[in-house]
Amino acid sequence: MTDISTEVTGLKVRSPAMLAAGVLGTTGTSLRRIAVSGAGAVVTKSLGVQPSEGHPGPNLVEVDCGFLNAMGLPNPSCAAFLDEMDAAREAGVPIIASVIGRNAEEFSGAARLMGGADALELNVSCPHAERGYGASICSDPDLLADIVRSVKGSVKIPVWVKLPPYVDKITELGIISEKNGADAVVAINTVPAMAIDINTGMPILGNITGGLSGPAIKPISLKCTYDLYKALKIPVISVGGIAGWEDAVEFIMAGAAAVQVGSALHNNIDIFREIETGIKAYLEEKGMTLEAMRGIAHRKT
Amino acid sequence: MMSNRSWFLQLKPIPATVTEVRKEADDVCTLCFDAPMLDRAMPGQYVMVWVHRLDEVPMALSSYNAITIQNVGEATRVLTGMKPGDIIGLRGPYGSGFGIKGSDILIIAGGVGAAPLAPLAEACASRGIKVTALLGAKTVSDLIFVERFKAVGELMTATDDGTEGYLGPVTELMKDVNLEEYDQLYACGPELMMRGVLDMCAERGIESTLQMSLHRYVKCGVGLCGACCIDPDGLRVCCEGPVFTGDKLVGSELGKYRRDASGRKTYPWGRE
Repeated sequence: MTDISTEVTGLKVRSPAMLAAGVLGTTGTSLRRIAVSGAGAVVTKSLGVQPSEGHPGPNLVEVDCGFLNAMGLPNPSCAAFLDEMDAAREAGVPIIASVIGRNAEEFSGAARLMGGADALELNVSCPHAERGYGASICSDPDLLADIVRSVKGSVKIPVWVKLPPYVDKITELGIISEKNGADAVVAINTVPAMAIDINTGMPILGNITGGLSGPAIKPISLKCTYDLYKALKIPVISVGGIAGWEDAVEFIMAGAAAVQVGSALHNNIDIFREIETGIKAYLEEKGMTLEAMRGIAHRKT
Repeated sequence: MMSNRSWFLQLKPIPATVTEVRKEADDVCTLCFDAPMLDRAMPGQYVMVWVHRLDEVPMALSSYNAITIQNVGEATRVLTGMKPGDIIGLRGPYGSGFGIKGSDILIIAGGVGAAPLAPLAEACASRGIKVTALLGAKTVSDLIFVERFKAVGELMTATDDGTEGYLGPVTELMKDVNLEEYDQLYACGPELMMRGVLDMCAERGIESTLQMSLHRYVKCGVGLCGACCIDPDGLRVCCEGPVFTGDKLVGSELGKYRRDASGRKTYPWGRE
């Protein structure tokens, strides 16, 4: 059978499909379950130095083209999560710790606490975070640069930067990340969005606004991957609306080193195995390798 | 093979108007609402109840158009104070629900844990299944749905203070019946009570005939956020539960710890 194992920032993964941050990543055993189900790597829930309960509900609403969520970065704290890491590790796949903070000092603190992970993913892009966290960081390029540099100086493991879906600015943010030492970028976080209950006139999410995930954002994410792949030397890890092997193939053709899956798990907990099998069958049929497929769309224009 | 692209059920919260409020016990009331979309709900399923401008909380359906609420926090305080005409939002029904099988079943209910079990008892009886129910509470006024259980089968009660029925926990009543005689056992109640029920079934090797409805912090309701995952298998209470068979729960965190809104482990029943 075709080999689709690959290497991302020095981490060996048996499949290029990973679990996305914020999905089924609060407990060690749930990460282990997803890893065992075929994910090449798993990303934890975003963790901060302090625990947080997140926003009041509703935290999620289904819309006709995806999910809208405003969890508000609930997390047990880095220190409490260390207790969950042992179970997560049992599956033998790389564990990527997603970390949050408001500035370089907080990010580095969280990064050092999670230094036992296989890589870090800096969440500078959550659209429904408390003031000062998440996407607001990317509106200040100096702050982003400062955070990436500082985290890189604090840990030895690879550092990935997860970017917001600012289509016209994303390559600029990617370049800043790369210049300051990032080992990879992850694109994209959810798209700022909202829903209103027409019976009462009230915004539905407890936080009023949130982030859209699912099929609606896939073409947006694909363009971001395409642009980032062209602009950067470091790998691009793609996320946004991937719901089957065909989507994963499309992103790899746009240049993705790996892909992450989140929302599609809601009705398909076995999706990682299906993506793995699907990509293998596709490559076999085409007589192609994973590496040959990567970025092929750039060579077909 | 093409991937299955079916995606969304398009479940925005639907508005529901409270049509009736029934007081069941000191701090427990039932809210009935007009929500025809719940006609298809199975006993044991739950809805996410949107208390406007406050929060959204999971509530077991105590009939196809009602929830039964104990006042334990801010959202439930507002819900227990609602009047006919008030409006809530509902997402659902969600979750696995109880599997109805066999011809002779035993129900074990503690306190407000009777909420999902009363409609189960009625659904079973309507299919000709013989229903025996054991119902426990702190005191006589906290025993809820006594008439509903009596109407469809045999009922034995227990109270912690002996004001009605057996003096002691409802699990003691289980010792007076032959658990192996029942095709299915169903339990819901305080977590330590459920742990006791599970242990008694496991000792007899009948844990796979036990179905229990669990409580955990449910946020998204659709199996994504991970807040409700239980150890050691990472099962999602919100969509693979809330009803699990006992064999999935032996050796689990049930009765040992749970996680709070942030995901931190808490030990409300003490640390071993």
